[in-house]
Amino acid sequence: MSVATDTAAAPHTAHHGEPTGLWSWITTVDHKRIGVMYFLTSVFFLLVGGLEALLIRIQLFKPENDFISAELYNQLFTMHGTTMIFLVAMPMAVAFFNYVVPLQIGARDVAFPRLNALSYWIYLFGGLYLNASWFVGAAPNTSWVGYANLTSTQFSPGLNVDFWVLGLSILGVSSIMGGVNFITTIINLRAPGMKLMRMPLFTWMTFVTSFLLITALPVIAVALIMLAFDRFFSANFFNVAAGGDPVLWQHLFWIFGHPEVYILVLPAFGVISDVIPAFSRKPLFGYPVVVYAGVLIGFIGWGVWSHHMFTSGLGPIADSFFVATTMIIAIPTGVKIFNWMATMWGGAIRFTTAMNFAIGLVALFTVGGLSGVMHASAPVDLQQHDSYFVVAHFHYVIVGGILLGMFSGLYYWFPKVTGRYMSEKLGAWHFWSTLIGFNLTFFPMHFSGMFGMPRRTWTYQSELGVEFYNQLSTIGGFMLGVSTLIMLYNVIKSARSGAPAGSNPWGAPTLEWSIPSPPHHYNFPSLPEVRSREPMWHDAEREAIEAVTLAEPESEPVMPGPSFWPIVVASGVTATWALVMTGVWWVPLIGLAYTTFGVFMWAFEDPFKHLKSSH
Amino acid sequence: MAEAAAVAHDDHHYTSTGLNSWKLGFWTLIGSECLFFGTLISTYMVYKGQSIVGPFSGEIFDIPLTTVSTFVLLMSSLAMVLALDGVQRGSRKLSMIWLGVVILLGATFLGFQVYEFSHFYHEGLGLDTNLLGSSFYVLTGFHGTHVFFGVVWLTTLWVMSARGKLPPSKALNVEIAGLYWHFVDIVWIVIFVLVYLIQ
Amino acid sequence: MSSHADAHGHGEGGHASVGFYWAIGGILAVLTALEVAAYYMELGAVEVPLLLGLSLAKFVIVVMFFMHLKFDSKLFTGVFLAGMVLAIFMVSALMLLYHVVPGLGVGA
Repeated sequence: MSVATDTAAAPHTAHHGEPTGLWSWITTVDHKRIGVMYFLTSVFFLLVGGLEALLIRIQLFKPENDFISAELYNQLFTMHGTTMIFLVAMPMAVAFFNYVVPLQIGARDVAFPRLNALSYWIYLFGGLYLNASWFVGAAPNTSWVGYANLTSTQFSPGLNVDFWVLGLSILGVSSIMGGVNFITTIINLRAPGMKLMRMPLFTWMTFVTSFLLITALPVIAVALIMLAFDRFFSANFFNVAAGGDPVLWQHLFWIFGHPEVYILVLPAFGVISDVIPAFSRKPLFGYPVVVYAGVLIGFIGWGVWSHHMFTSGLGPIADSFFVATTMIIAIPTGVKIFNWMATMWGGAIRFTTAMNFAIGLVALFTVGGLSGVMHASAPVDLQQHDSYFVVAHFHYVIVGGILLGMFSGLYYWFPKVTGRYMSEKLGAWHFWSTLIGFNLTFFPMHFSGMFGMPRRTWTYQSELGVEFYNQLSTIGGFMLGVSTLIMLYNVIKSARSGAPAGSNPWGAPTLEWSIPSPPHHYNFPSLPEVRSREPMWHDAEREAIEAVTLAEPESEPVMPGPSFWPIVVASGVTATWALVMTGVWWVPLIGLAYTTFGVFMWAFEDPFKHLKSSH
Repeated sequence: MAEAAAVAHDDHHYTSTGLNSWKLGFWTLIGSECLFFGTLISTYMVYKGQSIVGPFSGEIFDIPLTTVSTFVLLMSSLAMVLALDGVQRGSRKLSMIWLGVVILLGATFLGFQVYEFSHFYHEGLGLDTNLLGSSFYVLTGFHGTHVFFGVVWLTTLWVMSARGKLPPSKALNVEIAGLYWHFVDIVWIVIFVLVYLIQ
Repeated sequence: MSSHADAHGHGEGGHASVGFYWAIGGILAVLTALEVAAYYMELGAVEVPLLLGLSLAKFVIVVMFFMHLKFDSKLFTGVFLAGMVLAIFMVSALMLLYHVVPGLGVGA
């Protein structure tokens, strides 16, 4: 801390360049490297979660199949859901937050670079811890919603739920810190002239999402803590014999869980709100309305949670309230859909892979949105609850909406990250195999659900008449698997030998396209001044900005140095939680002591010490 | 703490709002903490009066005792603002005295809590006894944990002050610790009324 | 480095005096005494609203003066209230769902 005073006297020092090697990645605090690590890790978990899904699909290929046991099936669908939500969809969005947001607002890094590294390492360790359960044969098996009191020691005596409750607690810490970091970054580190209502939509949606993260995650954290107390210290929170109410778990889970849906989908909305204007050569139609709709979705998203609980018997008054709020939230969502279409209307559309995925999102998310409005109605929901109809619905939202949005972002920003285009030819293969495979997998689930096929059941009988639909789903599932491999191949191949891309390969309007591809580690030699929402589309403004952003500075801006302490603290946090598994109250305190040591070393570390040594 | 310096450093302290990032981030974190304690309090309130077996809250809560510990924590907040004032004035003596008072009062509060917990335990209220035991110990326990970390944090600052390493230029460190401390105090203001006084 | 600006925050208008802080501390002590008095006097129907009002007053006073929100940037108030309002909403909603709605007599 003291050093801040010393070095500030000479804010610009000699050339330092960017360090290389494994150690430099482990100790990095650069938001761009952290973003890349987030992305690669989330793709790894996408493959894990996808593999789990394929095993499920093989099992359901024919009636009364015995490919996997009921017990293993429970573990597979639980880990598939948990992995895809917490280890894929959220962190993949955070990968883009990290890489793109500072560039879009004209910042050199996030507000708290080391905290950012800590978020990543906790995510990685938490994810590995959760998946370590496979190696002891006790993966979580009570579904991603973990309803009480199935999760009690009475009904789930094994380690399965222990891994789940502790693993998710660890991951929550990462998300809350990420939320704090991005709120501060977006409020405080915007370049001169980058007013709130000039921010690109992706930054806006990151902002809203971050508020949802810091408000929704604590709720699930407490619910998990209570469950942990129940399991490890015989507390009574969800113990019916002591008067505890399992429905309270449902309330707390969904008070978190519904905002979580918007945590997942708003970043994807943000991505395509930037992609569609760029490839339609038109400013986003009704920018303020799209912003306000996003904020409104985030806000109303807090008042709809009980629509997940219509079957728990809350009574007509509560049900009616949540039916109404759920239907209302469809309005701002619909507004966005119309704005994207109006942006394309009359535009000079280029059907690049990024644009194809964006358009795919608009179409497929709408399908998921419509089935969502259907079971917003309590009486209808009573029929559909826990059936494959619901599975179809949320996969249209999560895969059709979120994953397609992330892919769109991948193709869009890949040239910025690597300086190379992704292959459009492979991209076309990726897009079309995804689109066809996706619909083949999930559209038939509407029917199998309507015919009465329940979720989370390891097999079905032939009399139910859903074998044909399940076979379609399984074939589609494997197509999706192949499409993911195509994507992976495209990423690897293009990173090595893709066509070189300039600073603004798409002719896109926002600030991240004003700097070289890939960017310098300090992003902006000096801060540009922004005067409009589409700075790169107004020639005078663009020239003024590029004169600053493409210039080679005489001396490089001072950036905080690498730090070892984030990974130390992250391992400490993970160890502390993992040691709770012992059930002995003082054992986790060992991990806590180690964490505290790391925190102290961190607090007294000077982020600019690397500058002093070079003097 | 040094994290803030990173930001302050960049481009001669530039932030778009002119506000210090570390302070803004900490206020955001406090907003998040509201939900953390909000959930614990919700659970306590939902389960209030729902315990099947005793001891019940009316039988064991000791209002005079808790009033004293509440008063102690409240006055520690007063000492906290005086400590910040001392640091800002550059008075090492005032800083050390008032930071010391906050630490002592915080530790006293924790002492009361330890006494209260062991007293309740001997009265037959364990974590696993009934809903009151679970929801009460976890809510007030997490609050106590926050107080404990606050005491550790303030002790660090006290040592820095004693070694002359807490000049007015570092008052922000004390201010942030103060925000944390006051937040823990307002959580107790809510707990005192909702848990103890309204039964 | 203009750490001085950091120390005193930005936009903190007037710095309150030590005497002012003592006065605030006194008011908080008095309010607490009133709370406990209200508890012992068993005021019936007004007791709960009165207690809630008194604690709200203490809460607001600490936040405004000890935590300086009254003198500080509105943005700090904003990010704090974002969480605070949702927390109050959640506590109220769960209280309604558990203690009011089931008693309305139309529940299942």
